[in-house]
Amino acid sequence: MTDISKHEPTTVYIRPTSGFAALNLKDLWHFRELVVFMIWRDIKVRYKQTLLGALWAIIQPVMTMLVFNFLFNNVAKVSSDGIPYPIFSFTALLPWGLFSTALNSASRSLTSNHNMITKTYFPRLVLPMASVLGGLVDFAIALVILLGMMVYYKITPSITALWAVPLFVLSSIVTALGVALWLSAINVKYRDVGYALPFISQFWLFITPVAYSSNVISDKWQVIYALNPMAGVVNGFRWALLGSGNPPDMLVAISSFISIIILLSGLVYFRNMERTFADTI
Amino acid sequence: MAIAIKVEDISKKYKIGAAPGKFKYEMLRDQIVALPNKLFRRNTVEENYIWALKDVSFDLEEGHVLGIIGRNGAGKSTLLKVLSRVTEPTTGSVTVRGRVGSLLEVGTGFHPELTGRENIYLNGAILGMKRSEIESKFDEIVDFSEVEQFIDTPVKRYSSGMYLRLAFAVAAHLEPEILVVDEVLAVGDAEFQRKCLGKMNDVAAQGRTVLFVSHNMSAILRLTQEAIVMQKGRMVMRAHTNDAVDFYLASGQSQAGERSWDPTELTNAAAPFTPISLKLVDSKGKVVDAIRSVEDVNVEMTYNLAAPVTGLRVGVYLSTVRGEYVFTSFDVDDAAMYEKHSVRAPGTYVSRCNIPGDLLNEGRFIIGVNASTFGIKRYFMDENALSFSVDPSAAPGMQWAEQRNGPLRPRLNWTIEKLDKKGS
Repeated sequence: MTDISKHEPTTVYIRPTSGFAALNLKDLWHFRELVVFMIWRDIKVRYKQTLLGALWAIIQPVMTMLVFNFLFNNVAKVSSDGIPYPIFSFTALLPWGLFSTALNSASRSLTSNHNMITKTYFPRLVLPMASVLGGLVDFAIALVILLGMMVYYKITPSITALWAVPLFVLSSIVTALGVALWLSAINVKYRDVGYALPFISQFWLFITPVAYSSNVISDKWQVIYALNPMAGVVNGFRWALLGSGNPPDMLVAISSFISIIILLSGLVYFRNMERTFADTI
Repeated sequence: MAIAIKVEDISKKYKIGAAPGKFKYEMLRDQIVALPNKLFRRNTVEENYIWALKDVSFDLEEGHVLGIIGRNGAGKSTLLKVLSRVTEPTTGSVTVRGRVGSLLEVGTGFHPELTGRENIYLNGAILGMKRSEIESKFDEIVDFSEVEQFIDTPVKRYSSGMYLRLAFAVAAHLEPEILVVDEVLAVGDAEFQRKCLGKMNDVAAQGRTVLFVSHNMSAILRLTQEAIVMQKGRMVMRAHTNDAVDFYLASGQSQAGERSWDPTELTNAAAPFTPISLKLVDSKGKVVDAIRSVEDVNVEMTYNLAAPVTGLRVGVYLSTVRGEYVFTSFDVDDAAMYEKHSVRAPGTYVSRCNIPGDLLNEGRFIIGVNASTFGIKRYFMDENALSFSVDPSAAPGMQWAEQRNGPLRPRLNWTIEKLDKKGS
């Protein structure tokens, strides 16, 4: 038994917060272990009672790649900038998969853990954060397949990949978290999000150069195209790992700027809605 | 002594429909339709709010145990939620010295696929424990939960009792400076409840502050010296537990011996059952709240069914003020009655029973109501619906001015036989 009289207990003031409350990062830091535990829980549980287990992390992108290869390479004969189509699309499917799983699970993270929210206090930000970061494990598994494919196709990435890939991974995480903060907070009140999500991911996939090359977009539309942060991420991946396309330029800067805007606005909105989560969920 | 909790004028407003128990989803569509109204006419929706808490203030010193009593919907749980920071008050402030741990969090975040061991760590982290803290208490937690041999089995394979014991064990070892307990004792078997109460006693004995919410008056009386009574979101009394319990039991009766239910006390789970009134009626048809032990008395439960219900049973619990059950009886206990009323059509009903004279001992009794279908659904329950007192005059043994032990004072047929023939 610890002797509670030894240390002076911390004093907590509970009062209504108003306006755009402070982010309370101190509290989030205090609960950092919970983020780790939640990631760990999601990973442990993800493939429980499945026959193929973590193989799904490989099967999903590989099957998508095969379908894309058939549809866009064999049937539609889409240009892949002179790179073998399978690896061209797989390189893009990796960050895309990370983004879409993160977006989907994080957007539902509050509603699927509603009993935690209605019964106990912790910074609610923990839930979407853990969901987004949990997707990194699947990403890492699929990355091994990509490295295998690179060996097979005899593609040597430039040394820049070492810093560029983590940076683009970070960018897709930031984007996913930003959008998920909006959607998860809205989802607490309006379950419409659950129905809109599959449509949003599908639509987003079409406007991102995963199955095709961004070169097919005419130059005058490129700036508008760059407003999609995932376009910058996917192009960046292809550039860093396969050496295709242009090095990051103004368009990537626009992409990154947009994703940071989404994240910051998401944080403010989330914090503002957090107050009523336990009452409305 | 330092103040552990200082509650100043807290109020909590809920939109009707958003309040717990009366849950209604708000639709995006409705919001869009209502938008023109919102833009041009303001303050027209004020009456759609209810105050779950209104101007509640109290101080609690360190090391004290405070009971919170009140009927369903009185604001007890909302108060605990504000204190444990689950929800924010609408106005007012609370100053809390120390970590608040709450046993309303029992099993929070337990994942059925994870093992007992994994869930202990996860649950501990959710309750705000550090990893090292959980590790140092791990053996103690496992020991307390009595699930040692299943600790590496997924909790979905646990029986509900094992699940509960494990969950309680984690929460009980959190060792917060302030412990909040909400009705955990309503679950689990008698042995487990005894253990929980024991643990709470330990916590209080270590000089920590405890807030205890329960409908179980005997537990409140046993564990607390002081209690507050909540009514419709307001704190109406703070007094010694004995007085508070008396006050609480007498409240809510629209007249002595009759209890009716306010719609705000009912949950959606009750539909199609609506309780109307519970009355205690003497042999002359008068509603009473004090009876003589030698007289018989009728208990009348009036209720409405909005739809036919199959297998419904409506019954009463009788218990003493100290929380000991005297008996439980349902209107269709008799097999022939059950057969006859297997389906009840919509309509208003009275289920009436007669408590014979020469049965109850002197004292205060509580009648509780239960309407349920066995093993399927509990429509309605109020364990403290009505209280009444029994006067022992003319009861057997009144020639001696003494207290008779036990809740019953039956008039039994004694015979006295002399076995030897001496002196005859």
